[in-house]
Amino acid sequence: MAMTMTQKILAAHAGKDHVAPGELIEAKLDLVMANDITGPMALPIIKKMGGHVFDKDKVVFVPDHFTPNKDIKSAENARAILKFSLDEGLTHIMVQGKNGVEHAILPERGLVYAGQAVIGADSHTCTYGALGAFSTGVGTTDIAAGMAKGIAWFKVPSAIKIHLTGKLPPYVSGKDVILHIIGRIGVDGALYQSMEFTGEGVQELSMDDRFTICNMGIEAGGKNAIFPVDDKAREYMRNAGVSEWVEYEADEDAQYVETVEVNLSDVRPTVAFPHLPGNAHTIDEVEAADKIYIDQVVIGSCTNGRYSDLEKAAKILKGHTVADNVRVMVVPATQKIFLQCVDNGLVDIFVKAGCAFNTPSCGPCMGGHMGVLAKGEKCVSTTNRNFVGRMGDTQALIYLASPEVAAASAIAGYIANPEKVGGEN
Amino acid sequence: MQAHGKVLKYGDNVDTDVIIPARYLNSFDAKELASHAMVDIDPTFVERVNDGDLIVAGKNFGCGSSREHAPLALKTAGVSCIIADSFARIFYRNAINIGLAICECPEAVAEISEGDEVKVDYDTGVITDVTTHKTYQAQPFPPFIQKIITEGGLVNYLNNQE
Repeated sequence: MAMTMTQKILAAHAGKDHVAPGELIEAKLDLVMANDITGPMALPIIKKMGGHVFDKDKVVFVPDHFTPNKDIKSAENARAILKFSLDEGLTHIMVQGKNGVEHAILPERGLVYAGQAVIGADSHTCTYGALGAFSTGVGTTDIAAGMAKGIAWFKVPSAIKIHLTGKLPPYVSGKDVILHIIGRIGVDGALYQSMEFTGEGVQELSMDDRFTICNMGIEAGGKNAIFPVDDKAREYMRNAGVSEWVEYEADEDAQYVETVEVNLSDVRPTVAFPHLPGNAHTIDEVEAADKIYIDQVVIGSCTNGRYSDLEKAAKILKGHTVADNVRVMVVPATQKIFLQCVDNGLVDIFVKAGCAFNTPSCGPCMGGHMGVLAKGEKCVSTTNRNFVGRMGDTQALIYLASPEVAAASAIAGYIANPEKVGGEN
Repeated sequence: MQAHGKVLKYGDNVDTDVIIPARYLNSFDAKELASHAMVDIDPTFVERVNDGDLIVAGKNFGCGSSREHAPLALKTAGVSCIIADSFARIFYRNAINIGLAICECPEAVAEISEGDEVKVDYDTGVITDVTTHKTYQAQPFPPFIQKIITEGGLVNYLNNQE
């Protein structure tokens, strides 16, 4: 029987020739990851299951959410996962100053790649589907079991096919594509399902665009999101030091519960209004209504903190000044990206424009620190969630957008169209 | 096994950020988390909830983050069972893994009101609204999942397999 890409990866990891949607399987895991929020809670559970990891190469703890430690309790948590990592002799030790945000650092370091089955105790673990891996977010108990035993149970998902054609216009990027899709199918439009991207439009998307798109698959309720492996993905993996991987392709007659057609040429800069990622409006609709004045802009996160994201924002900001009513937090997702920004003059552009340029952290995205919103404040953010209270006060309003829209809005002081603010792209 | 209590009712897409906001995630102490449960959607929840009470909600309950702190906060606050149109998948797994009963039953969600007294039989999947004398049929857990619950969660289940 025909299988999707996700089904083939799951079958291979369950030691089966074939799996069908709805089937419960136990899969062997290639990488198991937790962060400074979910990791510490897993440690006592790992202790109950023997106290050790199943494979020192395949377990990683990434301190990124409340780091740099925002308070004493957070410091204790970060210390607990580092101590465990060192005591267990884990191959990959993650410490502030050398690494970055989990979903950017794991691909950058070549720890995730095509054909793997990966779980992470963070909902945005679905990011790695950009490389042709099956990867999904789980909670603390699942991650502890995965770390101790190297396995996890899954219900084999049915699939939605997202068929991409055309080519993205200037000032439109992966963020607009995924906000557009979530706007169409809804925040539970892919509930329990895999989102499988196909079509000739795939080759037109950069790897950073694909990471952004897969990252927000969870915001449509998806179990995972996945792209086919092409030359761009192969080049990315080789540059990350990966020498071997396995490429899976969906069967031509694989079953999909639904096909969503997206012509990339028609996608407009898109903004998700409070309080759901599916509350999508095109920039044209935004411009046709009263101006939405803002207080903060965040450019960064596991969704949009990669080099090309920051480069797009910098090109728009170059030679401009951030509006007096706005503060801007630029947060590169990894130390490598940070250094690229230094070397290539992006930091100069950001700082001269009046932006804060911060150390890699999840900080502002979930209202942790480094950019918490006050009551009534409005924020344009390149992050992934605009829920009530997500970035601070419950009466703050979050507008999700691309780095291009965020940069244009920073200059204008209100949500603005990057096509009109200028810059080169 | 069954749940029996009064109902606290909410709408669609109740996300993990309102169930337990990130500002409280520097702790994973269950009692401390429970003291902030639902604060950003219903500041009166912690005062109103009694041991054994049920949450009834719309679609996509628990969407958002993977924080297991969310079902843990609700269970520790006293919630015995959540009935919803549907659950976000990570919340669904997390609830089972920590032994918080959940069931999907849109018919029950449509008719049960805030404050009703409700019973849920986990073995049969029968939901009874004691206040209105109506019953509803939810899908009982499959044997695989029942085993995880009866053995006290995923940790014991996996340990017992060896």
